[in-house]
Amino acid sequence: MAADAPAATTLEARGMVRRFGAVTALDGLGFALARGELFGLVGPDGAGKTTAIRALAGLIDLDEGEARVLGQRPEAVRERLGLMPQQYSLYRDLSVGENLDFFSRLYVLPRAVFRRRAERLLEITRLGPFLDRRADALSGGMYKKLALSCALLHEPEVLLLDEPTNGVDPVSRRELWALLHEFVEGGMTVLVSTPYMDEAERCGRVALVHRGRLLLEGAPPALIAGFEDEAYEVRGGEREAVDRALGAAPAVLAASPAGERLRVVVARGGGAEVARALSPLGARLEPVAPDFEDLFLSRLREAA
Amino acid sequence: MTAYAIEAEGLTRRFGEFTAVDAVSFQVEPGEIFGYLGANGAGKSTTIRMLNGLLAPTRGTARVAGHDVARDPEAVRAAIGYMSQRFSLYLDLPAIENLLFFGGAYGLSGAPLRRRAEELLELTGLAGQAGAITGAMPGGLRQRLALAGAILHRPAVVFLDEPTAGVDPVARRGFWRLIRELSAGGTTVFVTTHYLDEAEYCGRIGLMVDGRLVALDTPAALKRTWVPDRVLVARGQGLGPAAAALRAVPGVRSVEPFGAGLHLRVDPARVGEGEVAAALGAAGARQVVVERGEASLEDVFLAVVGRGAGGPEAAP
Repeated sequence: MAADAPAATTLEARGMVRRFGAVTALDGLGFALARGELFGLVGPDGAGKTTAIRALAGLIDLDEGEARVLGQRPEAVRERLGLMPQQYSLYRDLSVGENLDFFSRLYVLPRAVFRRRAERLLEITRLGPFLDRRADALSGGMYKKLALSCALLHEPEVLLLDEPTNGVDPVSRRELWALLHEFVEGGMTVLVSTPYMDEAERCGRVALVHRGRLLLEGAPPALIAGFEDEAYEVRGGEREAVDRALGAAPAVLAASPAGERLRVVVARGGGAEVARALSPLGARLEPVAPDFEDLFLSRLREAA
Repeated sequence: MTAYAIEAEGLTRRFGEFTAVDAVSFQVEPGEIFGYLGANGAGKSTTIRMLNGLLAPTRGTARVAGHDVARDPEAVRAAIGYMSQRFSLYLDLPAIENLLFFGGAYGLSGAPLRRRAEELLELTGLAGQAGAITGAMPGGLRQRLALAGAILHRPAVVFLDEPTAGVDPVARRGFWRLIRELSAGGTTVFVTTHYLDEAEYCGRIGLMVDGRLVALDTPAALKRTWVPDRVLVARGQGLGPAAAALRAVPGVRSVEPFGAGLHLRVDPARVGEGEVAAALGAAGARQVVVERGEASLEDVFLAVVGRGAGGPEAAP
């Protein structure tokens, strides 16, 4: 895919390799984004997502391979690139307004342009009333919204977001995603890493990364269609007893609550065996359509 | 004397003009998993800091593990474990050294401390990681190490402030297995989270809005009270742009994105699956499937937090 990437490729990882001492954080990772794509990067802790984003932002050097943004090295197009790191991207002792002002000066925005954009971002994020509050006195969700605003001030063509919604409450999380969709519709190319599988499902395409390599890549519905294990909900039985029985069944790849019921991912062909283990407890399995989280759990168990 | 593990009565904290926690009252039974939910800035962490004896209440009282948090904060701190949002581990130390350090702070020493530290590494699935440098461990493992540090001294009550923030789905499941084992062993767990699927494991849940505790019940009862409408789930292509048209359909009370699909709350007397599918199709969505769904805690959260402190009767 990297060899004949489409002409509109705006962001490209080509066989990226990066070692830290004995640890290989990136092990030949490659993918390409077309203009206006919303691309999700998911994977377990330590899979290399943050390292990949740092490489694409030109913040670290690669041992092998390369990162290309708008056809060039990231360092060469920094003013067309936006980055929201996972933590501490703002000055904690500066207010909301002062942080925005600082970033506008960093990108040497004309004052009139800055005022117009800041006003719009403050309106969308509803941070307007908190202009004078210091960054370190903001709640987690407000801090993330301000960090996103600062990354958007110079209206980058390409935006890199490293787990932008960690610690953000469900209401603010929805608002942040609505904002992202708005910018993508305006033609911005966005790469976002996330531990939330419902967010991954909202991306146009997703890459599942494991041990610095690409495990899967594609549109979420297509990836889910390729789910090879079995997904069920457990009906009946007492939850704790059912949970213990599931924990003891080797075919069970993962179990998690879905409302009052338990949702189970079972290795291909293992459904009958699990059903037999549940039946003395008065519980049975009902097949359900797999979602992205089921896919994630199934593919990672396979890769482990 | 009460046998509650945690008991708060009119607990209030002001910072200048700002009331972070406003007359909060609740009781938690020993061994219960109690979830404390709310938007960022709603007052969850401030409540925890008061219950931990780290911050004095402006008004009201709280007893934790039998000790008054204002009068006897030292006794409270000795009886509880606390895992903060930015949990404090020494990143340059091996995993086991962090546990030995925590144990020392709680007055454990020598062979019993080492035995207990090894026992906890085993319990948290970190037995092979004793010598690993903490800073080089993946986030999910580090979080389990922080939990091990918080329960080393066998506290009666543990406070976990967003213990799974940023943890991947596999590690989150492992972490909650530990929490439930703790609870089954009699430890009281007070936990905050923004992952509402895992909040289903809580026996009861309190929901905070702007410093006030506006809802407190079991997950099932919260759903019955706060989401009495019928929930429909729509899947298909091009749902995003079509969602706006759906909001204009009479009888549709709310439309929220859930993953790639939509969750709707509707008046069943006025709207059914067929009307929703037709409205989405007319607005340009394709391959639409609409099914009856079950209210989730996320629906409850949106109903409570979106509606503020008016209570369920304030529903439109």
